[in-house]
Amino acid sequence: MEQPIIEINGLTKYYGRLKAVDNLHLRINKGEIFGLLGPNGAGKSTTILMLLGLTEPSSGEAHICGFNASRHPIPVKRKVGYMPDSVGFYNELTALENLSYMGRLNGIPETTVKELARDMLVEVGLEAAIHKKAGTFSRGMKQRLGLADVLIKQPEVIILDEPTLGIDPAGVRDFLELIRQLSQRQGLTILLSSHHLHQVQQVCNRVGIFVGGQLLAEGNIQTLAANLFKSAPYAVQVTLKTIQDPVALQKELLQLPTIEKVTVTEAMAEISGQEDITPDIVRFFVGKGFDVTGVQKKTYGLDEIYQQYFENNLKENVFNEKSSGLFQRSFFGRFKKR
Amino acid sequence: MKSQVAYFNGLFSAGSKSAKTGSYRPANPFLVMVRKEVADQVHSWRFIILAGLILLTFIGSMYVSLSNISKAVADTRDPDRLFLYLKLLTITDGTLPPFHVFIGFLGPLLGISMGFDAINSEQSNGTLIRLMAQPVYRDAVINAKFVASLVVISTLFLSLGLLMIGGGLIITGVKIEPSEFIRILCFVALSIIYVAFWLNLSILLSVKFRQTATSALMAIAIWLFFTVFYQILLNIMVKALLPDPGLLSQDQLQSYNGIILTFLRFVPSQLYTDATSTLLMPSVRSLGPLTMEQMAGAIPSPLSVRESLLVVWPQVSGLIAATVSCFALSYYLFMRREIRT
Repeated sequence: MEQPIIEINGLTKYYGRLKAVDNLHLRINKGEIFGLLGPNGAGKSTTILMLLGLTEPSSGEAHICGFNASRHPIPVKRKVGYMPDSVGFYNELTALENLSYMGRLNGIPETTVKELARDMLVEVGLEAAIHKKAGTFSRGMKQRLGLADVLIKQPEVIILDEPTLGIDPAGVRDFLELIRQLSQRQGLTILLSSHHLHQVQQVCNRVGIFVGGQLLAEGNIQTLAANLFKSAPYAVQVTLKTIQDPVALQKELLQLPTIEKVTVTEAMAEISGQEDITPDIVRFFVGKGFDVTGVQKKTYGLDEIYQQYFENNLKENVFNEKSSGLFQRSFFGRFKKR
Repeated sequence: MKSQVAYFNGLFSAGSKSAKTGSYRPANPFLVMVRKEVADQVHSWRFIILAGLILLTFIGSMYVSLSNISKAVADTRDPDRLFLYLKLLTITDGTLPPFHVFIGFLGPLLGISMGFDAINSEQSNGTLIRLMAQPVYRDAVINAKFVASLVVISTLFLSLGLLMIGGGLIITGVKIEPSEFIRILCFVALSIIYVAFWLNLSILLSVKFRQTATSALMAIAIWLFFTVFYQILLNIMVKALLPDPGLLSQDQLQSYNGIILTFLRFVPSQLYTDATSTLLMPSVRSLGPLTMEQMAGAIPSPLSVRESLLVVWPQVSGLIAATVSCFALSYYLFMRREIRT
């Protein structure tokens, strides 16, 4: 098996008595785009800082490209491009100066650094602002400059902390598309943390859901959905013109194979079951002479997954502080079964 | 977007190729940082203003001393009268204080202005974390800040000193003695150490406090305390605790004076004034009171450079120790600190 490019073993970090990261295990292979997903304060940034050797872990260790991040941070930093969530620049320097400074720090020779920085700026769409001072930049422009700043060191791994914060939707789309293509063509490994579900969903091969310092679940979106909505993973919504007898309809629908749950309201039937039998359901309605106006298959996106986790998490917090460990353990058990 | 990625593709492979051939020697990141910090300092308004202020006082005090130099040299009672260039730095007709007194006053302001936002402004700007994510050691950041400011200060003082010597040569036409030249160089070095102390103190405060305003105010408060309030406080304490000098014998008076002097020398500016006056006035042979026995048989002649240096050595080492301990403390705090914003 291929050696994972990022390997985290039992990483734990305390801030005083607060456990920011709790016994984290994670492997990310070369070329993957991994999304670290969680609410604010879940420990995502702390984990990232430990990966770069900028914060010392209380226990456990992180390896990037085979280097221990806390023991040998310099080779790690040489290979990893990192963009912090609140990316800042020297306000009194121009974009080009800011970028060439970082280039020089990474050992790019003086003869080529200006040229390379200029090219990077053109490519992230800042050609009009090359000689503008970074202090005058808008948030979105700073984010683009941050990306140029990450790319100028020609990294193997890119770590982006909340990269899409504060960019307009078109910018986000371009940005994520660029990230995806970079990963594909260069074999770059990308770790990005976010609480923007849709964006993560668009680009990530795998996601990890990170709450309260713990990785609750990990895998691609399909697996996560299948696990979470085990009882009835498939759902179909059928909209009808009129329903005369909802109760009878419900009973009849439940006769169909593999169907577990049916809810019938005035003009809509929601049917969920173990298998995808949408054609059978439609045939059933047509056969009975109903006027079907719409059929919609429900897919579980990250939104629902996220929601589900947070609902559980919230409940647990409200219910009882002490039982939180138990609750989380039951979650772990659930996902270990996979 | 596709063309972009294709472009990056080219860039990346180009980069890896040149890395493989290893045809260039990458610049030392520490020197890159020093270079950038020096550029920042020289371009910053506060440095320009303070350097301008120092230059103005320099010109003013030089003007005053040049217009009085003929009188001073003709004064036969003064054993130092033949040290023309040292005279240029020290004499005054009372309208303006001499240059080294100005430095004793403005030097701390220069040091504070150069260091008070060294670390905390980078942190609040979000540049510190980005800098730390580059392949540089953490101490390189604080070392570079210190070295860069030191380079700027040294250049400023050295050029002022040489300007003074050059101007003196052109105007008076008197050739400079080697001992005078060494004394002036020592004076320049001493001024650099003195400003470096305040620089380090303000860097320490910039590591300690997250707000630049807090660290600046704190540094100025310390400076004010040492220049104004410490002496007042000491006077009150002396009056309250020490016996009435009228009732004391000569020996007791001497020992009490020694104690007071020791306490006065906790102030960096006192150390600086003591050391500069000894260096620039070769006839000064002691910084404390001398007894009649010690004075007996002494010829009122100037000391050699080596002997003057021996007299001021405790002051100089005190200043260096204060500077180094401030830097060590800020280094320790910075290395231990969480850098996230």
